[in-house]
Amino acid sequence: MRAQPAGAEARGEVVIETRGLAKRYRGTLAVDGLDLRVPRGSVFGFLGPNGSGKTTTIRMLMGLIEPTAGTARVLDQPMPRSARSVLPRVGALIEGPALYGFLSGRDNLVRYDAADPTADPRTRRARVGAALDRVGLGAAAGKKAKQYSLGMKQRLGLAAALLQPRDLLVLDEPTNGLDPQGMREIRGLVRELAADGTTVFLSSHLLDEIEQVCTHAAVMARGRLITQGPVAELSAGTRSRLAVTTPDPADAVRVLADHGVTALAESGQRVTGELPADPPDLAELNAALVAAGVRVRGFGLERGTLEDAFVALTGEGFDVAG
Amino acid sequence: MSRAETAPGGAGARREGADQGAAPAREPVEAQEHAEVPEQGRASGGDRERSATAVPRAPRLLWSLGLFRSELVTVFRRWRTLALFAVLAGVPVLVGIAVRIETRDGSSIGGGQNGDGGPAFIQQVSNNGLFLVFTALAATLPFFLPMAIGVVAGDAIAGEASAGTLRYLLVAPAGRSRLLLAKYASVLAFCLAATLVVAVSGLIVGFALFPVGSVTTLSGTTLPLSTGMLRALLIAVLVAGSLVGIAALGLFVSTLTDSGVGAMAATVGLLITVQIVDSIPQLHAVQPYLFPHYWLSFADVLRDPVPWDAIGKNLGLQALYAAVFGSAAWARFTSRDVTA
Ligand SMILES: Nc1ncnc2c1ncn2[C@@H]1O[C@H](COP(=O)(O)OP(=O)(O)OP(=O)(O)O)[C@@H](O)[C@H]1O
Ligand SMILES: [Mg+2]
Repeated sequence: MRAQPAGAEARGEVVIETRGLAKRYRGTLAVDGLDLRVPRGSVFGFLGPNGSGKTTTIRMLMGLIEPTAGTARVLDQPMPRSARSVLPRVGALIEGPALYGFLSGRDNLVRYDAADPTADPRTRRARVGAALDRVGLGAAAGKKAKQYSLGMKQRLGLAAALLQPRDLLVLDEPTNGLDPQGMREIRGLVRELAADGTTVFLSSHLLDEIEQVCTHAAVMARGRLITQGPVAELSAGTRSRLAVTTPDPADAVRVLADHGVTALAESGQRVTGELPADPPDLAELNAALVAAGVRVRGFGLERGTLEDAFVALTGEGFDVAG
Repeated sequence: MSRAETAPGGAGARREGADQGAAPAREPVEAQEHAEVPEQGRASGGDRERSATAVPRAPRLLWSLGLFRSELVTVFRRWRTLALFAVLAGVPVLVGIAVRIETRDGSSIGGGQNGDGGPAFIQQVSNNGLFLVFTALAATLPFFLPMAIGVVAGDAIAGEASAGTLRYLLVAPAGRSRLLLAKYASVLAFCLAATLVVAVSGLIVGFALFPVGSVTTLSGTTLPLSTGMLRALLIAVLVAGSLVGIAALGLFVSTLTDSGVGAMAATVGLLITVQIVDSIPQLHAVQPYLFPHYWLSFADVLRDPVPWDAIGKNLGLQALYAAVFGSAAWARFTSRDVTA
């Protein structure tokens, strides 16, 4: 049983914990005062616009770069000091896959596995084969890695993270370059691993993907953590919107405004708006529309999505912060 | 009940498949750490629970040598390495053919001493094919061999960094010191292999094109062929040992940058600069400290008796370079940020 004894010390419940973590690259502050807590057993989505410091954070967690300030603990041990004992229990995909083009897919995995001093060479072939099958590369395992497509490389990178049973998987944009089936498979894989008790920390730009698989999420912008918590709480923060489909949008807008609906917007046959703080009965609202001669073809509430929450938190701007 | 059994059917079924591949894989570790666990318990969700509660796998000394083997395989399986070997093997072939053509009519080869005062083995090649080995080593040592080492050593860390594979080796975790050591070991293995390629190619071409017999030393005495062969082997080892310094230098340069090509170019550039400085008489004050300064001391092996002091100086200087630049590479590599 994986059930935690009641009152288990808070330490064991957190897989990644950073305090005031910061990284400065020659002048630019890439990560600034980060206090991240990733609960054990969660699927943790790490969100943020381009250049917000996600990869930089992951590099610090993996001991690849030294923090300018602050501390990081991974699996209850300080990083980068305890890298030797922590990293064999962590599978990582950092800023895309990196492969030896002149080696076959299988030999790439053999090489990465050989670099782990805790990996048993007697079982290497079996583990490599299992990892390849798990990401659907079994048939292409003998091909040189330089002949792989982007998605195949991404899969091979994932396979490298799955060479051993892991306690923590850190995946930086794992579905980058994958086809829709591949994305689905990866989502399935992540759920499967999470069901096995592996904590999955994944960064992504695909908000619906995060919404589908993640239990928790954190949002970064300009190197700072804006919010973190269970996904349900994050998207609950945004109000639901009323959406009406009708060929008479002008009339609909008038009627809805009379009933206190604000922020009305019409586009084509669609009218959306925000319900007032104490909302009227939706059935009455619909009846009022019909009574006013509005031909209602669709009527309903649209739940606030993580995307709305994300845009609300990080701003609409498209330009990357300098 | 384990979590795995409570998982939804589809996912569970898939996992079973994966388990069958992975379960035997973990067996030896499990057997050693959980000797009390019965056979059945291992194959089912039981060990998954344990992995989830993080039983750390202990590193083993023997297993950590896997990285060294992997390094060697990676170096020697590259086309680039084979191309370098082909160039090096080609030098004795060219020299052998040139000598053969020049001495076809029975005349001895002209020209006398080499310009730089190097050993004049080439005049003896037509009398004794074994001398092609010495000639080829003397011809490749000043430039071809160290250039090949510069390419391989310069690329060792920087090449992995520019390809991005360095970060995955480090999170595997290879360990920075262990990775650096494995890299240096593989570069040294390449030094030996490259030297042997030249020597063996020289031996084959020499034996194929020229008569072979007892060896006349530079001191004028005569050695039987078997002793001559042994001395040839000793010379090959000494030449390989002469490359230890530039190997360490190249590795250090390689830790400074994320560009594999840049590190190779810088190392080869340094080699050329040092060779030039070593040949300018006005700079004789610094010359004893330059790594190529005693390189041609290997020729002393063909004297009778062998004077060992220049050979000793050469090896001592190489060891000094290995220590200084090895430490510098270690200091740099264990403290640097890996951002590529
Ligand atoms: N090696 C580096 N040298 C200097 N600055 C860097 C370096 N790497 C990243 N930065 C800067 O640090 C900031 C954060 O970069 P980071 O790669 O962490 O962003 P990210 O959140 O992963 O973005 P993306 O979503 O595009 O992957 C950026 O402003 C970037 O310019
Ligand atoms: Mg990134």
